[in-house]
Amino acid sequence: MTAPTHDTVKADEAEADAAADVAKKHVEGRSLGRIAWARLKRDKLALAGGVTVAVLILVAVFAPVLTALIGQDPNEYHQDLIDPLFGTPTGSFGGMSADHLLGVEPVNGRDVLARIIYGARVSLLVGFLSALVAVVLGTVLGILAGYFGGWLDALISRVMDMLLAFPQLLFIISLIAVVPNSMLGLEGTGVRLFVMVLVIGFFGWPYIGRIVRGQTLSLREREYVEAARSLGAGKRYILFKELLPNLIAPITVYTTLMIPTNILTEAALSFLGAGVKPPTASWGQMLNTAVRYYDQDPMFMLVPGIAIFVTVLAFNLFGDGVRDALDPKGTR
Amino acid sequence: MRFLGTSRRRSAAASALVVGALLTTAACGGGNSDTNGDAAGYNAAISKVANESDKKGGTLKFIGVQDADSWDPTRGYYGFAWNFMRFYTRQLVTYAPEPGKAGNELVGDLAKSKAKISNDGKTYTYELKDDVTWQDGKPVTSKDIKYGIERQWAQDVLSGGPVYLKNVLDPDDEYEGPYKDKSKDKLGLDAIKTPDDKTIVFNLPKANSDFESMLAMAAASPVRQDKDTKSKYTLKPFSNGPYKFKDYSPNKKLVLVRNDEWKRSSDKVRAALPDKVTVTLITNPDELDKRLINGDYDVDLNATGLSPAGRAAALKQHKGNVDNPETGFIRYGVFPQSVKPFDNIHCRKAVIYGSDHKSIQTARGGPKAGGDIGTNMLPPVVPGSDPSWDPYGLRSNDGAANKKKAKEELKKCGKPNGFTTTIAVRNNKDVEVDSAEAMQASLKKVGIKAKIDEYDGAQIAGIVGNPDVVKKKNYGIIIMGWGPDFNSAQGYGKPLWHSDYILDNGNNNFAEIDDPKIDDAFAKFQSELDEKKKAKIAGELNKMVMEGAYYLPFTFEKMLTWRSSRLTNVYSTAAYSGQYDYVSLGVK
Repeated sequence: MTAPTHDTVKADEAEADAAADVAKKHVEGRSLGRIAWARLKRDKLALAGGVTVAVLILVAVFAPVLTALIGQDPNEYHQDLIDPLFGTPTGSFGGMSADHLLGVEPVNGRDVLARIIYGARVSLLVGFLSALVAVVLGTVLGILAGYFGGWLDALISRVMDMLLAFPQLLFIISLIAVVPNSMLGLEGTGVRLFVMVLVIGFFGWPYIGRIVRGQTLSLREREYVEAARSLGAGKRYILFKELLPNLIAPITVYTTLMIPTNILTEAALSFLGAGVKPPTASWGQMLNTAVRYYDQDPMFMLVPGIAIFVTVLAFNLFGDGVRDALDPKGTR
Repeated sequence: MRFLGTSRRRSAAASALVVGALLTTAACGGGNSDTNGDAAGYNAAISKVANESDKKGGTLKFIGVQDADSWDPTRGYYGFAWNFMRFYTRQLVTYAPEPGKAGNELVGDLAKSKAKISNDGKTYTYELKDDVTWQDGKPVTSKDIKYGIERQWAQDVLSGGPVYLKNVLDPDDEYEGPYKDKSKDKLGLDAIKTPDDKTIVFNLPKANSDFESMLAMAAASPVRQDKDTKSKYTLKPFSNGPYKFKDYSPNKKLVLVRNDEWKRSSDKVRAALPDKVTVTLITNPDELDKRLINGDYDVDLNATGLSPAGRAAALKQHKGNVDNPETGFIRYGVFPQSVKPFDNIHCRKAVIYGSDHKSIQTARGGPKAGGDIGTNMLPPVVPGSDPSWDPYGLRSNDGAANKKKAKEELKKCGKPNGFTTTIAVRNNKDVEVDSAEAMQASLKKVGIKAKIDEYDGAQIAGIVGNPDVVKKKNYGIIIMGWGPDFNSAQGYGKPLWHSDYILDNGNNNFAEIDDPKIDDAFAKFQSELDEKKKAKIAGELNKMVMEGAYYLPFTFEKMLTWRSSRLTNVYSTAAYSGQYDYVSLGVK
């Protein structure tokens, strides 16, 4: 591995293409970021995953625009499309039609496509934000434990062990039950989102923390760190200017792989009724409703199921690709 | 399962498999031919008797997901348990074995006839039949009946059952119950006299025109003192009916066999056709529907109606096995007056007008499994009710919201731009959450922003039943349902509308109605012995409640029930919430 880098996977495409072109002529002089990008580009599966993730993010960000384009509101009832006797859509395939491309929900006839689009917001928001919480906590605490060792390391490591052994899902479900309906200026769904992000993130940091601690343990004995230390560099400088840049690669990999896990946790919580509150759309909640009407309206179970499946698969493929690109010798 | 150590690609492959499996099972949903043979037809047991027969023998098989809260007649409060208890216990009077509303008629059971009422409705005298017996052959005496009723006073040992008789006969709570009774025969209650073994006299401190309906409840059954096992009585009640307990394991099964000492000549109510009655208890409602449809069992003991999946299978393939009775329940939203802005009648009316009644009905299961859109607050089974009286026009315009009127009322309430409130709904009732969402969606269109709060459905008494909690949590709309304990305005409405029933805990007067005119009407109702005049007062009560805009009725509830093709002598009775009259059932 070459020198520490500031600029990893974020190298922009033009630059990378240029680098690849240059690479054909000159063998030397490529940063880790460029090497990784070149490798990533060769991994078609990872690229497909990456593109899907990008599309999903755009869908979530522009949800109001998209639903306006298809002319459907996610909370609008269309009970004229529901058979009052059974509560299921009258049309075939879950009521699919030119107006309702993915059909309508049983009982209330809300447009499934619009709700899937809005559901992406909840899934991605919780997925990303809770990963962010986990990464910040995990990196800071992991680096401190690894670098200083001693009682601090013992303390942080035991806390990590404890959290890893904690029944996370059960804890969140019981926590949601006691959290008030409004707090910190938030209400209803806002409170639920806040709690989910915080708690999923809090239980996620030991995974990053352990990796960072392990890497720090080996890095702190390296010559360049010794050199900095002997030149009288302060602790903060060593931690954040010498060690952290070399930790970026593993942190990036584990972050991309943590997001889909968080999305699944959110879906599970919503499925169990501990997620966002109605009428906010969420994939897990849709699955929960679908269970009741599964016999008569299997399409309604398939649609959110596929949405979750595609999202998680895309993140995983992309994350795998990033890992292979950053550390091709790494074992799984 | 966390991502460390496992291959992401491998787990991705696993999820692909799961979705694949989903697709395949989805493809084979439905289909399955009719194996049930000759069903009596859709609604064959509504207002008439299906498969009328007097053929004896066979085993009648109940299945349920919920055991009785207690099989002790003093303690049970589930409607299905009261219905079922008639297999092994009798009362002075009971409901006639007739389909539909005719089943509301009281007839003599242990008593030769209905009461001789004297002393301005304050004295009820009964004479017992000569050939009524216990399962050991001894006669049932008036003292056994008195002792059985006295058990209602022992609430510290025998809690949970209805206490109407206790409240009417001893309003000041002077008698301390048979277990603390100092008299030798433990029959110290002054209000009931037993001049001889065949005569019993009730002396009421104040007349109550529904008194005889209270005597028809299971909690007025005789219990023999030497057989009273107190809190263990639920395990093996001592029978005086056509069947007796043979085998009972709570939450698993119950087997009743014929009581040979019961004399058919003494009982004009119970057909007692099968030789054996069994109850099997499982935990999964969908499984219950499947087994019924398969023909493994005959009746759903709990009579809660088919679940959405079972409903579709039953109606599409075996419509002839399905009945659609009214349950006597009204499902409604109620507005606690202590929660602002529902102290203002116009804000209450705004919610009534602004709700889409059709979408709430669909959320509750539609016109068949949910019921007709409710119009007022007296269930159709209660005398004096008039389902067509629709003061707020809830059924007009196909149940759509009346936005114009809602906006007008909002202006009168001083909130022309709407307001914010919270809907409280039980978290264990999918249909109630669906109704809350439907209400939320339609109210939003008139500017009323409603949040939905799902509370623990096992904690009704301490959450929505506690006015302080309701106020603190800002529950402006509570979604609930109520059915009559006995079919009268008193049996239905008193706990909901009378000011005496505003309780600190376990409150049912959610609207916190404290109206002397309503209280007076109940007093008048209780002292009125003429059925026609009673019905008229019931109508007036209903009018006052509706004019106060305390309630938004959702549906006059109906349910879809399964009747196996083996069953004979089946009919739905208004006396037990539209359930089949269990004691009349037989099997082919």
